[in-house]
Amino acid sequence: MQNLVEIRDLKVQARSDAGRRIEIIKGVSFDIAEGEIVALIGESGSGKTTIALTLMGHTRPGCTITGGTVRLAGRDLVAMPEAGRQALRGTEVAYVPQSAAAAFNPSQRLMDQVIEVAQIHKLMTPDAARVKAVELFRALALPEPETIGQRYPHQVSGGQLQRLAAAMALIGGPKLMIFDEPTTALDVTTQIEVLRAFKSVMKLGGMGGVYVSHDLAVVAQIADRIVVLKGGEVQEEGPVEQILHRAAHPYTRELLAAFEPVPYASASRLQAETKRPILEVRNLVAGYGPLGRDGRPLKVALNSVSCRLERGQNLGVIGESGSGKSTLARAISGLLPPVSGKVLLDAHMLEPEARARTKDELRRLQIVFQLADTALNPQRPVGDIVGRPLTFYHGQKGAAREARTDELLDMVRLPRAMKHRLPGELSGGQKQRVNLARALAAAPEVILCDEITSALDTVVAAAVIELLKELQRELHLSYVFISHDLSTVQAICDDVMVMLNGEVVERLPASRLQGGAQHPYSQLLFSSVPKLDPNWLDSVPPRAAAL
Amino acid sequence: MHTKAFWPTPRRLGYHMNWVGMIAALVVCFWALVAVIGPMLSPYPPGEIVDFDYYGPISAKLWMGSDYLGRDIFSRVLMGARYTVGISLAAVCLACISGVVLGMTAAVVGGWLDTGLSRFLDALNSIPSKLFGLVMVAAIGSSIPVLIVLLGVIYTPGAYRFARALAVNINTMDFVTVARARGERTGYLVTREILPNITGPVLADLGLRFVFIVLLLSGLSFLGLGVQPPNADWGSLVRENIGGLPFGAPAVLMPSLAIASLTISVNLLIDNLPVKIRDRSE
Repeated sequence: MQNLVEIRDLKVQARSDAGRRIEIIKGVSFDIAEGEIVALIGESGSGKTTIALTLMGHTRPGCTITGGTVRLAGRDLVAMPEAGRQALRGTEVAYVPQSAAAAFNPSQRLMDQVIEVAQIHKLMTPDAARVKAVELFRALALPEPETIGQRYPHQVSGGQLQRLAAAMALIGGPKLMIFDEPTTALDVTTQIEVLRAFKSVMKLGGMGGVYVSHDLAVVAQIADRIVVLKGGEVQEEGPVEQILHRAAHPYTRELLAAFEPVPYASASRLQAETKRPILEVRNLVAGYGPLGRDGRPLKVALNSVSCRLERGQNLGVIGESGSGKSTLARAISGLLPPVSGKVLLDAHMLEPEARARTKDELRRLQIVFQLADTALNPQRPVGDIVGRPLTFYHGQKGAAREARTDELLDMVRLPRAMKHRLPGELSGGQKQRVNLARALAAAPEVILCDEITSALDTVVAAAVIELLKELQRELHLSYVFISHDLSTVQAICDDVMVMLNGEVVERLPASRLQGGAQHPYSQLLFSSVPKLDPNWLDSVPPRAAAL
Repeated sequence: MHTKAFWPTPRRLGYHMNWVGMIAALVVCFWALVAVIGPMLSPYPPGEIVDFDYYGPISAKLWMGSDYLGRDIFSRVLMGARYTVGISLAAVCLACISGVVLGMTAAVVGGWLDTGLSRFLDALNSIPSKLFGLVMVAAIGSSIPVLIVLLGVIYTPGAYRFARALAVNINTMDFVTVARARGERTGYLVTREILPNITGPVLADLGLRFVFIVLLLSGLSFLGLGVQPPNADWGSLVRENIGGLPFGAPAVLMPSLAIASLTISVNLLIDNLPVKIRDRSE
């Protein structure tokens, strides 16, 4: 029997702006059978999205398909004229993008956008399309399927929007669905709902699918087969069970190894110190907007939060987006002055505003941000970025500063030659290391890490966590580690604090994370983290309606 | 595309530039050169009457004909380049430097300074520029320093608005937040963190504003309020010789062409500025 998709020796070239041609896909071949879901997995830059896009006969600007064939239901998309491909898009093959929020037009009602594909291809009357859309909304477990189409994109949540994007793709009745990291930007508790909806719809429709992701655990839930990519080549291919349990290729093993939770105990825990904590937060209240009559801000983001961090230990803060975990970091560092409550550094009270703090207090407490892309000035070389705190806090100049900058780059395992590069010329992991080196340059005692591994690939993130642990052993640092990713928190923290709507709902030691949670929200959060078991999704009960 | 090995083509320097931009750059460089060395090349003193005929045609002796008094237009255009390019350049630098410094400071400091400065400059902006220039020249009298300061002041609010809008966007980036958390002062934030990230657009704005200033200066000179006789910028040359327009005299066409070629070239140049090649794989 003929396969739905047959890719043979696909080659894609990109043109750099210096005019050189670089092969980014180097002869990839694989098949997708009718009704089968194949996952493309690999780190950023491995070519997984590029391959997914060629299934629609599309390449990003500057790229061209230079060889091979992409057959969809027997027709070669590479040889086909553009008009022919356009006729196929939406009817034979459909695409669900990573960021649904960016894919919807904010000024049009959802229903009009969902049925647009049917109108373009004149598949059915608008009324029939609306009826079909409502059916899809129901199949995707969207709330109020009858009326949700009348809303605008900003009136639904991120997870709902992602499901609506799927409805938009499904309305033309495609034979092949392409999912491009559709759940990467979602919280774990939302991700599980979206995955469940996708899986049931795909099973119901009997469609073939391509699922692009860098998360093995997510892929294990939804795919039948996994294709592992690196550097534009297929490294390994096989059924999910085989890849998960009998991986042959070293890169696949590395990916799997990054998933193994590493139990963590910091060195100082063993010494059972009961000295004063290095950082203590008491009843912190912070928020946005003008102060109301009761002395509280219009939108309270932190409601009486307290925590303590012992010297040489790490505190994990987890919660969904909007839970106030990043606000906590900003309030502690004085970027968002708290309205009330105290921040004590080494039993010494800090001013609420960063501007009012002394240079030495600022030096001892450093903050590292999530997005290294925006946290590094794109116009200044790495050496300048890392060297500035040396001059600012320690008055180092000239050769002394150069030498210390080299040391710091060694410390974060970056080649010294990187000093002369601009941040735009580094990879994501390298940028995050520069980001860390800058914080280390101050010689701090506490580092607030705000989601520093969230934007990184699994393997790279694991390496950054390893680095943090090493640095802690050498420099006696303490971290406040803010994340939405449970496994990274588990890998580095001693104590974990769960936040919901600006309040701490539970505190527990990292060793008791599995099964030790008492609060229903923590339990939900912990149970929503995908596991490498392909049957995990079906075994988790649907989210309790009460929450 | 191989040129001589030592020739510093944009590509060799790591930049990419299209041919429209290159031609425009050549024209701009040409006029800049003329402004510097032009008067040395002029065949006749610009104030001397050398032709018995007025509005004389182009000839081997007079390359661009003669004006309404029989003076050599070619010499006068060469001299006018110095006034037009010089005054405009000084004024545009004044406007952009003050506008950008104020704009960045307002964005970083915020609060009352931002509000006060913005409202004040908005009020200044609301006065029509020609009218403002007219009144000020009538009140103070016309001289070159007055013209430079006046043109600078007229175009400062626009530069301020532009720089502030850019700086506000940069100001919200995490690297500025990190610098704030480090405890950096406003001066450092403005010069080291914000300025390098807005220079590209600010330079483009500078080019555009230069064109406006050339046109306003030519307009003022045309009205008789700009550069005073016997000196003349290109605008005054057009005004002096406007009587020759019905005869199609080169005396009025040539300075007009000079204004047009300079302003259009600057415009095209800033639309096609060289782009830095960011090839990371090399």
